[in-house]
Amino acid sequence: MLSRVAERIYWAARYLERIENTVRLISVYDKLMFDLPRSIGLGWYNLVTINSAEQVFHERYKVQDERNVVKFLLGDDTNPSSVASCLKYARENLRTTRDVIPAESWEMINELHLFVTDNIQQGINRSQRYHFLDGVIQSCQQIQGLLVGTMPRDFVWYFMKLGRNIERADMTTRILDAGVRVQMQVWSDEDAINSQQIIWGNVLRSLGADQSYRRSVRASVKSEQVVRYIIEDAAFPRTLAYTLSALVDSLERLPKHEAVLRDVRSVQETTLKTVDYSDLGEPMKDYLNDRQLDIAAIHSRITENWFTNY
Amino acid sequence: MTNSWNTYQCNDFYDELMSHPGQAREPAKKLVAYFQSLSDDAVESRRKAAEATIKEMGVSFTVYTDNGNIDRSWPFDIVPRTISKQQWDKTSAGLKQRLKALNKFIDDLYHEQRIVKDGVLPAYVLENSQNFRQECVGVSPPFGVWAHICGTDLVRDSDGEFYVLEDNLRVPSGVSYMLENRAITKRVLPELFEEVNIAPVDNYCAHLFDTLVALSPRKIAKPVVVVLTPGIYNSAYFEHAFLAQQMGCELVEGADLVVQDDDCVYMKTIAGLERVDVIYRRIDDLFIDPEVFNKESCLGVSGLMRAWKSGNVALANAPGAGVADDKVIYAFVPDIIRYYLGEEPLIKNVETYLCYDEAQREYVINNIEKLVVKPANESGGYGMLVGPHATKKERERFVQLIKENPRNYIAQPTLALSTSPTFVGKNELEPRHLDLRPFVLQGKETYVTMGGLTRVAMNKGSLVVNSSQGGGSKDTWIVE
Repeated sequence: MLSRVAERIYWAARYLERIENTVRLISVYDKLMFDLPRSIGLGWYNLVTINSAEQVFHERYKVQDERNVVKFLLGDDTNPSSVASCLKYARENLRTTRDVIPAESWEMINELHLFVTDNIQQGINRSQRYHFLDGVIQSCQQIQGLLVGTMPRDFVWYFMKLGRNIERADMTTRILDAGVRVQMQVWSDEDAINSQQIIWGNVLRSLGADQSYRRSVRASVKSEQVVRYIIEDAAFPRTLAYTLSALVDSLERLPKHEAVLRDVRSVQETTLKTVDYSDLGEPMKDYLNDRQLDIAAIHSRITENWFTNY
Repeated sequence: MTNSWNTYQCNDFYDELMSHPGQAREPAKKLVAYFQSLSDDAVESRRKAAEATIKEMGVSFTVYTDNGNIDRSWPFDIVPRTISKQQWDKTSAGLKQRLKALNKFIDDLYHEQRIVKDGVLPAYVLENSQNFRQECVGVSPPFGVWAHICGTDLVRDSDGEFYVLEDNLRVPSGVSYMLENRAITKRVLPELFEEVNIAPVDNYCAHLFDTLVALSPRKIAKPVVVVLTPGIYNSAYFEHAFLAQQMGCELVEGADLVVQDDDCVYMKTIAGLERVDVIYRRIDDLFIDPEVFNKESCLGVSGLMRAWKSGNVALANAPGAGVADDKVIYAFVPDIIRYYLGEEPLIKNVETYLCYDEAQREYVINNIEKLVVKPANESGGYGMLVGPHATKKERERFVQLIKENPRNYIAQPTLALSTSPTFVGKNELEPRHLDLRPFVLQGKETYVTMGGLTRVAMNKGSLVVNSSQGGGSKDTWIVE
């Protein structure tokens, strides 16, 4: 397999996953808006901070309100991480690797692109936002389903899986981070207990993990348990532990994987060893930030190992 | 219901399907009878089906802009063009003869140049050839073949005979559209394939693959063959990807390849460097190696010429093959065939006036309103003058151009290109001019496609069939 093709496939998978997760992230906030007490004054700008996109945001907008933040994350083509930009990059990468992916997946990406272009305003206005966000998530899952059902398990598949899980691991830490930040905001509130359930219940729902959480934890939604579940559960496919072990699975199938595998194993170890649920405020934020750095380091190692090392 | 097959006017041109209104030629009889049996609505639904199929299969032509890719759908007419097997066999033999002679010619030009010494080709013509590559002198590619893949443009004049209009020996494209046209027709007119004995075309890619494999410098079981594309921005990218996919080989870009100190070509794979044996390059000569040709080129591979000259990699077509793809050389092809093969050409050339010859130039200038003037080294129908359709000003400009650079221009009489019934409205037919581009392969063996790509000038009265300029296409049937 050509390095260039591997790289493009890896990125296409990352971008597709980023689209789905960005939309999920917005939907957490969107749901929180309905449920949290009005007095709290939810900060949409948190979404920009957890995506580490403050600088790009400030170049474009003065007011840090809901409309600008959502516009920035969904439709802004000057933001390289917006849904619109990711979709553009995903298409670009798949367009030039059409010979190795199922033909229908290319058509589906085009449909998703049309859907997003035609309906982006729906996503920005609150009244129809749910419909839009849901449409994008469905479409992403349709594409994943097609790939799972029709792709041979060859190198192309494993690079795709690698990209998907790197991105998913990263985004899971960011979605958790979003929860932590909102929680810190409501700490002083007298309805704190009630708010916590709302916050963490929505974090779970945004990952599609609420049902499996209940079945596996068999307890009501409590912050510590939710955070632990999203970091450590070995069975649910969007948890940090799961995505890391999915990386291991893919790596083992690829040639000259030793160095990258060693890195991932050590990240797996630190993830479990250093985690501390006793304070879900600043220490947890720092912990999540460190995991994001770990994941970025794995990404660099992948890049130099297979894509650019000539 | 108006039956437009009965009123179809073929005028003074040779029509591929109809000999008189309502009267089909032998190979087209069943086809025409079938269309006549369809209602207006049935015809319309077939046309719609064809359009939908083209979109579904993603047969497209790429026009790339910042606002997204414009994949222009491939313009296609559902009425196939038919040619009798008997006539095709003769044409096919003529095409093989032509490419064989051209390859001997190219090989000679890069070695002794006997043809110049023997006075058959004036030295002046060669000295001023834009596509003669000094860097290729003395190289001996396998089987003495330089042009492995050739797309020859044929036209049929009012006498019903095929003439060669030009030989494309550089990076001819269109074969994927020939294959896709057949696939579309099979879906849209499946009934006809039961009734009519139509020669299949789909073995082209297998022959292409065999031709390429036979060129491998390493005699190993599975030589590594790749298709080298300039990338997504190239209008023929669809075809490059299609051919790579059909042959099951990698589609590479220049940056995927590297020439090491051992003068071998390697591709960058996830497992490390892998040696490449044969490159089917779809990049023009001047861009393949910045070390030797265009220094600015980022499409090519540094050192590729070194590797090729050392015999460590095969390039198809070989660099320098384009020397024979020159409209002045074209005029000499009948002599070239006689000189190298001692045979009479089986397919005629279109009469050609060479502007560097004083008497012929005089004739061209005085009769420019009757002639088609073409630059010697352009392809895609660019930079030419169609005398009868041109304004006085345009003609004067061309007279000036010819005088300034006579070697660069040739002229030909305006041909009465043959026509074929083409749908222009709901079950309404009109004649449209067309040509034919068969593809010829030469390596260890020679092979000619069954028919080729029929290109149609979709605009009424137009003679320009190039897809870059509004042409469309039809499926081509060789009928037993």
